[in-house]
Amino acid sequence: MGALFALEGVGLEIGGHRILHDVTFTVPDGGITVLLGPSGSGKTTILRLLNRLDVPTSGSISFRGDPIDQLDPLALRRRVGMVFQQPVVFPGTARDNLLTARPGASDDELAERLRAARLDRSVLDQLADDLSGGEAQRLCLARTLATDPEVLLMDEPTSSLDPEARRHLEATARSLVERGMRMVWVTHDLDQADRLGDHRVVIVAGRPATEREMVRYLADGSVDEGPAADEEDEGPPADEDDDGPPAADGPVDDIPSRRADA
Amino acid sequence: MPELPTPLLAQDSAAHAAIGWGGLATSLLLVGVAVGLSRWQGLRLDREIVWASLRALVQLLAVGYVLVVLVDPDTPVAFAWAWVGAMVLFAAVTVRRRAPEVPGITSLAVVALAVSSAISLGVVFGLRIYPVAGRAIVPIAGMMIGNSIGGLVVAARRLIAELSERRPEVEARLALGQPWPEASKPFVRSSLRTALTSQIESTKAVGLVFLPGAMTGLILAGADPVDAVLVQAALMYLILGCVATNVVVVGLGLTRRLFTPDHRLVRLARART
Repeated sequence: MGALFALEGVGLEIGGHRILHDVTFTVPDGGITVLLGPSGSGKTTILRLLNRLDVPTSGSISFRGDPIDQLDPLALRRRVGMVFQQPVVFPGTARDNLLTARPGASDDELAERLRAARLDRSVLDQLADDLSGGEAQRLCLARTLATDPEVLLMDEPTSSLDPEARRHLEATARSLVERGMRMVWVTHDLDQADRLGDHRVVIVAGRPATEREMVRYLADGSVDEGPAADEEDEGPPADEDDDGPPAADGPVDDIPSRRADA
Repeated sequence: MPELPTPLLAQDSAAHAAIGWGGLATSLLLVGVAVGLSRWQGLRLDREIVWASLRALVQLLAVGYVLVVLVDPDTPVAFAWAWVGAMVLFAAVTVRRRAPEVPGITSLAVVALAVSSAISLGVVFGLRIYPVAGRAIVPIAGMMIGNSIGGLVVAARRLIAELSERRPEVEARLALGQPWPEASKPFVRSSLRTALTSQIESTKAVGLVFLPGAMTGLILAGADPVDAVLVQAALMYLILGCVATNVVVVGLGLTRRLFTPDHRLVRLARART
């Protein structure tokens, strides 16, 4: 499996504050890759870098082998869709929202995206502001799907939803992946990472880490400064025949290898 | 726009306007009333009232003596244009002071004020509404520029506030692959509407609610009220056009600066409330 995204020595500094430190890992080209880490560890920032809403101050990122800073940003964003933590619906109806992403589309085309996000076409005429939290988030997913992306970046999309809506969205994500969609899913929830992830990258304090480091960080706030690859409990690389940076440089774990100490 | 009667610019009305130093001193009694009220109610504004009154008098006197030179028919008209340039710069500095959180506002305000003044004065003098003379250039430009300051400040501050508060929606639009002019359009439109509403409302209410300054001044100076109305109407149209031009120039120019060439929204300072 080739690399969907490859991050090589990525750093980000904002206003003199270092957010990311020398982040190196690859996202395999298939399934759901979970970015797991405690709040404030830099997971969302990494997602924003992949969509080019932010740009790194050092290092490089490539998408399917092409450096993303050499791709047209608007075309990249349509290929790499993003669903945000809080559902952000635009004023107007669900149809208006979908047409923002796919101007001139027919109702049938829009209904197809709604169906993929497990929403009925009857919501087309509903005001987006009147939808429940779960429906609004699925509308945002449908709106992102309207650009026909190759990969979806999901930024803790269930964090503001009740358990039922969360289960519903997770099932929707899984069905999309079964139909060939790739996903990078950010979460701080170990159980959700277990349920959803085919691959896993752990981020702690702005750098790749192991799950053991994450647990230690959550327990006492301590962080190892050295490269995570030096950890003796490093899991197997997610992608051994990857041409990009070897996964062993950054802790990308296959779910079956989840260790007991996590 | 109607050809305005030239007697309005004639000096014979000046005699009616003169109140002399005695009249000015008498009007200071009203400042005394304001100071008295401040002390009575413990507002602690008396020093500020006295300082503002003295400062206004000194500034107006200084400007008055400059105007004496500028409006003199023997003074080259280039001096009046230079004065307009200085007014544009002073106004831009004032805008920056009132909207310090807006990046690069000074240069944007200079451009907006220069463009709008050029258009407005071009109409006034191009259509021969007034003769190209210092006595017309300076007060008309002053009115255009002075009235534009408020609109400029509101447009710039509102735009920063909108894009800052609605950042998630702007970024959701950008993340769908919308280019920045499209992603920012709803917020730019809303900011410009807010900035222009005040001027539009005061244009609607004129005559019914308040009598504007130029007209009041002309009537006090003895001009025929209908002539005064014509002058005022012409000036109001110019002010409205000037404020609208300023607001649009600063709105579009500022939006361009708030996005990077690769369609990212820059980080914005939080506005002071």
